[in-house]
Amino acid sequence: MMGSIRLPLHDPLAVIGLGIYLFFIFMAVFAPYIATHDPNEILFTSEFALAADLTPGTEGYILGTTTLGRDIFSQIVWGARSALLIGLTAAFMVALIGSIVGIVAGYFGGWVDTVLMRLADVAFGIPFLPFVIVLAAFLEPSIWNVVIAMALVLWRDTGRVIRSQTLTLRNRVYVEAARVSGSSDLKIILRHIAPNVLPLSFLYGSIAIGWAILTEASISFLGFGDPDSISWGYMLQDAFASQALSKGSYYWFVPPGFLIILIVSAGFFISRGYEQILFPKLDR
Amino acid sequence: MRDTQDPPLIKLEAAELHFPVGGILAQLQGRSTVVKAVDGVTFELHRGESVGLLGESGCGKTSTGRMLVRLDKATGGRVEFDGEDISALSGDALKRFRSRVQLIFQNPFEALNPRFTIRDVLAEPLENARIPKAEHEDRILRAMALVKLGDATQFMDRYPHQLSGGQLQRIVMARALILEPEFVVADEPVSMLDVSVRAGVLNVFRDVRAKTGITAIYISHDLALVRYVCERTIVMYLGRIVEDGPTEDIVANPLHPYTQALVAAVPVPHPDQSHEPLPIGRGAPDPRNPPSGCTFRDRCPRAFDRCAVEAPGPTRIQNRIVHCHLHAPET
Repeated sequence: MMGSIRLPLHDPLAVIGLGIYLFFIFMAVFAPYIATHDPNEILFTSEFALAADLTPGTEGYILGTTTLGRDIFSQIVWGARSALLIGLTAAFMVALIGSIVGIVAGYFGGWVDTVLMRLADVAFGIPFLPFVIVLAAFLEPSIWNVVIAMALVLWRDTGRVIRSQTLTLRNRVYVEAARVSGSSDLKIILRHIAPNVLPLSFLYGSIAIGWAILTEASISFLGFGDPDSISWGYMLQDAFASQALSKGSYYWFVPPGFLIILIVSAGFFISRGYEQILFPKLDR
Repeated sequence: MRDTQDPPLIKLEAAELHFPVGGILAQLQGRSTVVKAVDGVTFELHRGESVGLLGESGCGKTSTGRMLVRLDKATGGRVEFDGEDISALSGDALKRFRSRVQLIFQNPFEALNPRFTIRDVLAEPLENARIPKAEHEDRILRAMALVKLGDATQFMDRYPHQLSGGQLQRIVMARALILEPEFVVADEPVSMLDVSVRAGVLNVFRDVRAKTGITAIYISHDLALVRYVCERTIVMYLGRIVEDGPTEDIVANPLHPYTQALVAAVPVPHPDQSHEPLPIGRGAPDPRNPPSGCTFRDRCPRAFDRCAVEAPGPTRIQNRIVHCHLHAPET
């Protein structure tokens, strides 16, 4: 178990991934100091005209402004906060619930397995986006709706995959050896099963980060999002609605898109590094 | 068969291990059957005895071993260890049982978690038995010395894939012996090893027995190996015992036709020795659908009418028990 909590510092790609995460965490924590403007403030030029669609660099707007006269750079910086908040909590919930369900179902089998997997079937039958919308209708519009919805529905994929992995692990000879030497079920799960499924949990967790950020964007686009928070997804939708592409305002939608790609890839790089810690035999 | 006054350490009474085969569809169609991996096995083992469990693949010898260490629960009959029915054990009683009975696995390449160092592998049983951490190092070194792993400190922090098969099998044995169990089941411990290192591992097994007086069952399909390490042999065929007695007597004068074939199959290292074809047909029958009566009758060169009707019961002949109508009293 201890081995898998170590950071994967031996794999160059994983170090890059960790670096990207550190960069975003720094950006999120110090957002008020890094951002040059209030991301929601409608700005005006020195001639008191609306600072709409300014190109990068003009009048000190590092990445230009939106059609409504908001500073893009400041939105990007603040967007890191909600992206990390939604992405990481959703990924954590999905990986945690999915792993627990998968391991319990796979290890104990029998009726426990049947009950949990039929629940997963039900979760597979729920259309995700409409579910988030219904949830938003019942609760206040908030970025947490996305997290709750993902925790309630998206554990199904992780759970299924972790279960099948657990099934192959459960009958390994060394698991039987552990049982013969007197290890309890809990100990076998923690020491022999969990470390072997953790890279899969991390993998699905990192996929969930991307999903969460994209879902939040879709929800914002449909008008069920949190009106008070700025996210990269919100920025993309804002740019889309303002026809930024036809205006050629690449400085508006390329940066948030690029950052979403960056944060999702960073997750993959790190999970790749974990794979090497967990399977020393691979020795690439 | 030793006649001792002490109660036996191990006692099997008509022990059965049946596995259902076929899924829901087969059950609905009434085609579902059971494979009788172990089908009514009875024997006793006294402290200090070393017994070979001999038979071809699929005869239920490994299943019997798994039942004895409670990796599988007997589906019928009784399996007793030191007077207790082990199928009923749970909680602390099961934990105590686990520290007294151990299994040496067949394949050392799979029996060790690849992510554990040798130290972790050997510490696991100690942790489970709540041995204080301060004693671990000492116990580990002693166990490694017992299996003759020379410079133990050199191996401690290596991973299993960095060791050779012979070294791994010694680690597997050290792990089984580290809690000083009273009874150990060795499931073909050398079948996965190169011939060149087999003798070393077998000698370790013999030395450990001599030193600790441990009660042991040695599972194998190789009569020569069993003869090397065990004074008594139990021969199994399709989940049942066919013959049980002192190894040397069985080798010198096998009573059951199946045992006779096994003894005849042992190659003799002499160039002039003619190689007679085996008296039995090749290939065991489908275990889902064994022959009626004596399960060996379809391959037996001496089968007669009674064999198809009635399964042979145990017949005691001097110090041996044989299950065969040829030796049964007329009834």
